[in-house]
Amino acid sequence: MAYTPDRPPLPESPEELRARIPGWGADLDPADRPAVPKEVYDPHPYGAVWDFPERQPEHWPRERSIEHAFLTPVFGTSCPPRGVSGAIRKFAYRRYSEGRAAHWLLLVGADRVDTLGSTLRSFATRHPDNPITETGILAEFKHHGIRSRRGQKRADLVHQPLDLVIVSWPWIAAGVLGFRTVRRLSRRVKR
Amino acid sequence: MRAMVYRGPYRVRVEEKEAPRIEHPNDAIVRVTRAAICGSDLHLYHGMMPDTRVGMTFGHEFVGVVDQVGPSVRTLRPGDRVMVPFNIFCGTCYFCARGLYANCHNVNPNATAVGGIYGYSHTCGGYDGGQAEYVRVPFADVGPSVIPEWMDDDTAVLLTDAVATGYFGAQLGDITEGDVVVVFGAGPVGLTAAASAWLMGAGRVIVIDHLEYRLAKARSFAHAETYNFSEHADVVVLLKKLTDHRGADVAIDAVGAEADGNLLQHVTSAKLKLQGGSPIALNWAIDSVRKGGTVSVMGAYGPIFSAVKFGDAMNKGLTLRMNQCPVKRQWPRLFEHIRNGYLKPTELITHRVPLEHIAEGYHLFSAKLDGCIKPLIVPTAA
Ligand SMILES: [Zn+2]
Ligand SMILES: [Zn+2]
Repeated sequence: MAYTPDRPPLPESPEELRARIPGWGADLDPADRPAVPKEVYDPHPYGAVWDFPERQPEHWPRERSIEHAFLTPVFGTSCPPRGVSGAIRKFAYRRYSEGRAAHWLLLVGADRVDTLGSTLRSFATRHPDNPITETGILAEFKHHGIRSRRGQKRADLVHQPLDLVIVSWPWIAAGVLGFRTVRRLSRRVKR
Repeated sequence: MRAMVYRGPYRVRVEEKEAPRIEHPNDAIVRVTRAAICGSDLHLYHGMMPDTRVGMTFGHEFVGVVDQVGPSVRTLRPGDRVMVPFNIFCGTCYFCARGLYANCHNVNPNATAVGGIYGYSHTCGGYDGGQAEYVRVPFADVGPSVIPEWMDDDTAVLLTDAVATGYFGAQLGDITEGDVVVVFGAGPVGLTAAASAWLMGAGRVIVIDHLEYRLAKARSFAHAETYNFSEHADVVVLLKKLTDHRGADVAIDAVGAEADGNLLQHVTSAKLKLQGGSPIALNWAIDSVRKGGTVSVMGAYGPIFSAVKFGDAMNKGLTLRMNQCPVKRQWPRLFEHIRNGYLKPTELITHRVPLEHIAEGYHLFSAKLDGCIKPLIVPTAA
């Protein structure tokens, strides 16, 4: 029907739909939907009694986007920047606006540095990182890993092996490095 | 307290962590009784969201009991059973004053493009989330609502994001009576969007996914017509054929950055971080909607640019509407729909995972094992 002015006929009439689907048409009037109109000026709609909130104390130099005039009155305090990843993060915030790809790529880079550093640091603690328990891979046995995939025509099966590489590369790298070191040392001993 | 903690891509664990404190006079501390893992948590879990720091606790979907309140809190008292929208918002800035609670300017120093979200990386403000025994809730007078007596925690936790966002996705589609609506993605958000499209008067609702069990749920929960894109060479052609070669009136992207179905897109976005997400579902939406139609986007995308087919959107005269859901604005209407039995959120729940086993919960959800649609997290003390 796209080639004529008519709208294609619907498989069911409104009456049939109303009979089949609970609540069909309950929000039929677009003007009566919760998000319409899109923007209405209505300050203090939910219990706020301030025009500008009190300010949360800043206990360390809190990183912020240079697109903000100042530190927002309320902010999260999870994971202050530290070490090399923290330095990269602070630089990304200090130097680049959110409009710059460099800002985000530096932050993603800092995340990888943070992961590697934290994993290595964990080996010096009583709670070292454990690739078995932390990946939750044991769920494969408890929740039908094979049956959930076999014969399901799932589109995500193609890249799941890639995920394995992402998870295990620090351990593989550490293993290869360890093997090489041991081999080099043993050769030296033989000589 | 016990809390889920991020250790790096695909790795999380539960550890002893310092309990949150009141940091601002309008904070509350909430003891979590139910949390959920969200599809968008997988973007963090897979290491796709910039500035996701090791040691962070995820979880923007949670309900609980008020444990302490700051000195300026007037509307909540310890002991109140509360549901907390995933957005953190001040209630009075330029954006909040216009109902854009997801876009509050006063809660996220790390970015101006996105508001504050619990447990959603430092890009969203660096707040710890609710996959823990306790969580700090800023602006306690503004965000949380006391859970109505008739509502159980399971329903309430689904309303803190998934169900509110799904309903919002249908709203963004500006659906009018008789519209043909296609929904990409049959996760909790897509399923709710499909069910909500009927409430707004859709004449036909089509759901596209690649997981058979989710499509089955789309038929039972959302009364939708369903297609598995992995059985069809070209989903766009399929949708054109289904709609008299015209296209759908409204297309809803309820997938976001984790889209499957194109390995190249997946590798450049999820794996190499060269895109803020694999926009394959969004591009299908743009290609399969009719000219002059509306594309609604509430699948989550990251801040890095994505290869979106903007030329097609322009040439077709599309309206693209999108946002994070302003959750609290939807609640009064959603409460009515649930009481009337038009929406049954708890039908989406497939798994309950103790907080201590959350690593397996993430793997189960991420790898889509065992027919998983929505896993809830139950803290030990709950
Ligand atoms: Zn969510
Ligand atoms: Zn605000």
